[in-house]
Amino acid sequence: MEYVIEMKNIRKEFPGIVANDNITLQLQKGEIHALLGENGAGKSTLMNVLFGLYQPEKGEIYVRGNKVNITDPNIANELGIGMVHQHFMLVEKFSVTENIILGNEPTKKGQVNLKEAEKEVEAISKQYGLAVDPTAKIEDISVGMQQRVEILKTLYRGADILIFDEPTAVLTPQEIKELIVIMKKLISEGKSIILITHKLKEIMEVCDRCTVIRRGVGIGTVDVSETNPDDLASMMVGREVNFSVEKQPSDPKGNILEVQSLVVEDSRHVPAVNGLNISVKSGEIVGIAGVDGNGQSELIEAITGLRKTKSGNVMLKGKDITNWKPRRVTESGLGHIPQDRHKHGLVLDFSIGENMVLQTYYKRPFSRNGILNFTTIVNKAKSLIKEFDVRTPSESTPARALSGGNQQKAIIAREIDRSPNLLIAAQPTRGLDVGAIEFIHSKLIEERDKGKAVLLISFELDEIMNVSDRIAVIYEGKIVAVVKPEETTEQELGLLMAGGKRKKAGETS
Amino acid sequence: MSILRGKWSAISVPLLSVALGLFVGGIIMLVSGYNPFVAYAALFNGIFSNTYVLGETIRQMTPLILSGLAVAFAFRTGLFNIGVEGQLLVGWLASVYVGLQFEGLSPFVHIPLAILAAGVAGAIWAFVPGLLKAKYHVHEVITTIMMNYVALHVVNAIIRTYLLAPGERTEEIHQSASLQSAFLESITDFSRLHYGIVFAIIGAIIMWFLLWKTSTGYELRAVGFNKYASEYAGINVRRNIILSMVVSGAFAGAAGAMEGLGTYGYMTVMPDFTGVGFDGIAVSLLGANSALGVVLAAALFGGLKIGALNMQSVAQVPTQLVEIVIAMIIFFVASSYLIHWISNRVNKRGKI
Ligand SMILES: Nc1ncnc2c1ncn2[C@@H]1O[C@H](COP(=O)(O)OP(=O)(O)O)[C@@H](O)[C@H]1O
Ligand SMILES: [Mg+2]
Repeated sequence: MEYVIEMKNIRKEFPGIVANDNITLQLQKGEIHALLGENGAGKSTLMNVLFGLYQPEKGEIYVRGNKVNITDPNIANELGIGMVHQHFMLVEKFSVTENIILGNEPTKKGQVNLKEAEKEVEAISKQYGLAVDPTAKIEDISVGMQQRVEILKTLYRGADILIFDEPTAVLTPQEIKELIVIMKKLISEGKSIILITHKLKEIMEVCDRCTVIRRGVGIGTVDVSETNPDDLASMMVGREVNFSVEKQPSDPKGNILEVQSLVVEDSRHVPAVNGLNISVKSGEIVGIAGVDGNGQSELIEAITGLRKTKSGNVMLKGKDITNWKPRRVTESGLGHIPQDRHKHGLVLDFSIGENMVLQTYYKRPFSRNGILNFTTIVNKAKSLIKEFDVRTPSESTPARALSGGNQQKAIIAREIDRSPNLLIAAQPTRGLDVGAIEFIHSKLIEERDKGKAVLLISFELDEIMNVSDRIAVIYEGKIVAVVKPEETTEQELGLLMAGGKRKKAGETS
Repeated sequence: MSILRGKWSAISVPLLSVALGLFVGGIIMLVSGYNPFVAYAALFNGIFSNTYVLGETIRQMTPLILSGLAVAFAFRTGLFNIGVEGQLLVGWLASVYVGLQFEGLSPFVHIPLAILAAGVAGAIWAFVPGLLKAKYHVHEVITTIMMNYVALHVVNAIIRTYLLAPGERTEEIHQSASLQSAFLESITDFSRLHYGIVFAIIGAIIMWFLLWKTSTGYELRAVGFNKYASEYAGINVRRNIILSMVVSGAFAGAAGAMEGLGTYGYMTVMPDFTGVGFDGIAVSLLGANSALGVVLAAALFGGLKIGALNMQSVAQVPTQLVEIVIAMIIFFVASSYLIHWISNRVNKRGKI
C-alpha cells in the first residue's frame, strides 16, 4: 500500500509535558482519515508537526515515500500539504480573494492583479463546489463561509493533502452537512484528507479509517467500516463510555424559577424575548430547545441580570429578582455556566486559582477587610481541581493554557461549588469530547438529585433529549410547547423549533 | 535564547535591550567621531564615582518612579494613561499651594498633607478621562493627552494670577512642608537629595500591595483583562475603570509633589512640559509594568541622565546622546516581539 503521508514514532515535548509520544499515522491516497482524541490528547500538536510549525524530538515523516524534514510551513506548502486551523487565520478587513492570495499574490507589472485572482478563485471554488463570493469582505460572511475561504486558501496553493483541525466545532448542523459534501467532493477530485474531530457521528459518516490518540499516546488505527461509536469512544477515553445518560425519574417539588410574560429587547431594540413564560422546579432539569437566535441568550442575560428587561417578572424562590444587579442575583442563589466561556466564563489571563473565586473573591474566607487570603484561595482551587478532575499542571497556571474541556470543568466546579438553588447551563458541552460531555451531564443530574433546579439551554437535540426532564421549545422569543422527552421525538422537536404546530391533541401547555 | 520567552522574559528582555541600547549608542558615537569607551567610562563615573552624583541620581529617579508607577498601574488594569504629565503638573501645584499655607504646622502633618493634596489633584485630573471612558467610551489616550495641555495652561494661569513672586514663580514653601534635608545634602556632598525617595518607595509598595493583595486589585485587574467576565462576576466595570484612572492619577500627582516639595520647593511658570510624565511611559515599559521593575528602570534612567552631564564635561559627548541611548533601549523593549522572532529563527535553524 502506498501512503501519501507516513508519520512514524513521532514524539513532541513541551516544557513539562509530552504532547505526542510514539505516534504513527499513515494516510492513504484518496481517503478521509480521522484523527480522534479527547481535548488535549495532542491532535493539533501532531498536525502542527506535520505542517512544520513544530519540530518533533523523535520520529520520521515520509511524504509520498520520500523522507522529508518539514522545518517550516513553506516546506509543507511545497510538499502539497495544506492545513485549515482550528482558529481561522484571516484578515477581517480584506476580501475573500485578497485573503486567499495573501502571500502568493499574482502580479502584473509589480501590481497585484486582483481581477485575475478573482477569476482563479472562482474557478477553483466551482471545481470543488465551494461556493463563495470572491469579492465579499471576511467580516461580512458567516463562519461557515470563512472556513471555505480557509479551504480555498490551501487549494489555491496547490495542496492535495488537506488537514482539517476540528472543522465542525464552529459550524451549525446545516453547515456541517455542507462541509461533508465538500469533503467528499475533494476526495473525488483526488485529494486526501486528515480530519481531526471528536464527534463520533461524523467519523462514522465520512471517514474511511481512524487513528486514535489518548493523552499523547497512539492507541491504534481502525477501519471505520469495522468499528462502531462505542468502541471508538472507549478507545479514545480508555474506558466504557455511557452515551445514554443514566438517571432516575425526576421528583420535582416547588417552583424555584418562575418567568412571567417576560419581554427583553436585544441590542437593536427589537424584542428578542417576547412574552415568555417558563418555570423550573426544584429537582428537575428543564431543557430549552430552539434554533440559535430565538431569544435564548437574551433570556439568560435577563435572568442573570446582565440585561435589562422591558416588562414581565423573574422570580427566584418566590422573590422578585427582575432587573437586579448580577451580583445580587448570584448571591440569592443562582449559578450560571455561560454560553461563551472565553468571553464571560473566565478571565483567561488570570490563573485557574483566581478564576475559581471569580464569584466569591470578595467574601470570607477568600478575603477579609478587602485583603485577599491566598492560602484559602489556593486550597479551594486545589480541592475543586481534584474533585472536578480539571487537568492542569497547577492552580497557578493561566486559564488560557487549558484545553476547552478543562476550562469548562473549572467553570462548572466554581458554579456548582456555591451550591446554587438554580443552575443555568448554557451550551455546557459545546466543543467538548465525549468523556467531558459525560462528566458534565452527570454533574447536572447530580445537582438535580440534590434538589436543585437546572435550566439547560442547548442547540444539540441529543443533549436536550438525554438530559432534560421537561423540554420547553423556544421560538421567536416565546415558549411554544412544553413536552416530556419520552413523549416526543427529535423530528417533532425539530418541527416545533421551526415554528410548526404539535400534531397530537391535548398536549399544549 | 529560550530565556527570552516565558517567565524570565520580564527580566531578560529589558536587560538585553539595555545592552543593545548601549551598543547602538556606542556605534552612533563612533560614527560621530567620539570614543565610546571614554564616553561610557565618563558616564559610569558620572553615576557612581562620588556621593554627589549618587545623590543626584536618586533625586532624579524619585519622580520617575512615581510617574512610572502611574503608567504601570493604569496599564495593569487595561488603560493607557498618557496624561501623567498633566496630572503631575496639577499635583506639583497643589503640593506647593498647601506648602505655602499653614505656617507653623509640624512637618509630620504638613508633608503628608501636601503630598495628599498633590495625589488628590492628580486623581481629579485623571478622573475626567476615566469618567468619559466609563460612561461614553471615549478613548482615554485622546482625553489624557488633551488634559495635559489643559493642565499646563491652567497651572500657569493660576500661578500668574494668584501665586506670582518675582522670577515667574511662586514663593518658597514653608520649611515644614519641605522634603529637603540638610542631613541628606551634607552626606552627599551637597547634592539636592531629599526625602522624596522614601515616599516613592512607599508608592511602589502601595501599588504592589493594592494590585496583588487586595480584592480591589483583583477587580481592577479582572476588568482590565476581560470586562465581560467581570460584569458576569458582578464587578462594577464602570466604577473600576474610573478607579483605575484615579489611582494612576494619584501616583502622578505625587510625582509632582516630589518636585514641588523636594527638588525645587516652589513652582515656576512652565514654558513647556517637564517630560517626567512622558518618561514614566518608558520607565513603565522597561520595568515590565511591575512595581520593582519600575524602581529599577527609574534608577537606570535617572542614572543615565545624571551621568550624561559628566559625559559631556569630561568626554565632550553631548548629553543628547544619552537621550538617544534611552530611546534605543525603549525601542528594543518595545520590539521584544522582534527579539522573540529573531531568537525563534535562530532556534529553528540551529536544531533539526
Ligand atoms: N505551544 C504549547 N506549549 C506548551 N504546551 C502545549 C502547547 N501546545 C499544546 N500544548 C499542550 O499539549 C497537549 C496537547 O495539546 P493539543 O495538541 O492542542 O491537543 P488537542 O488538539 O488534541 O486538543 C495539551 O496538554 C496542551 O496543553
Ligand atoms: Mg486541538
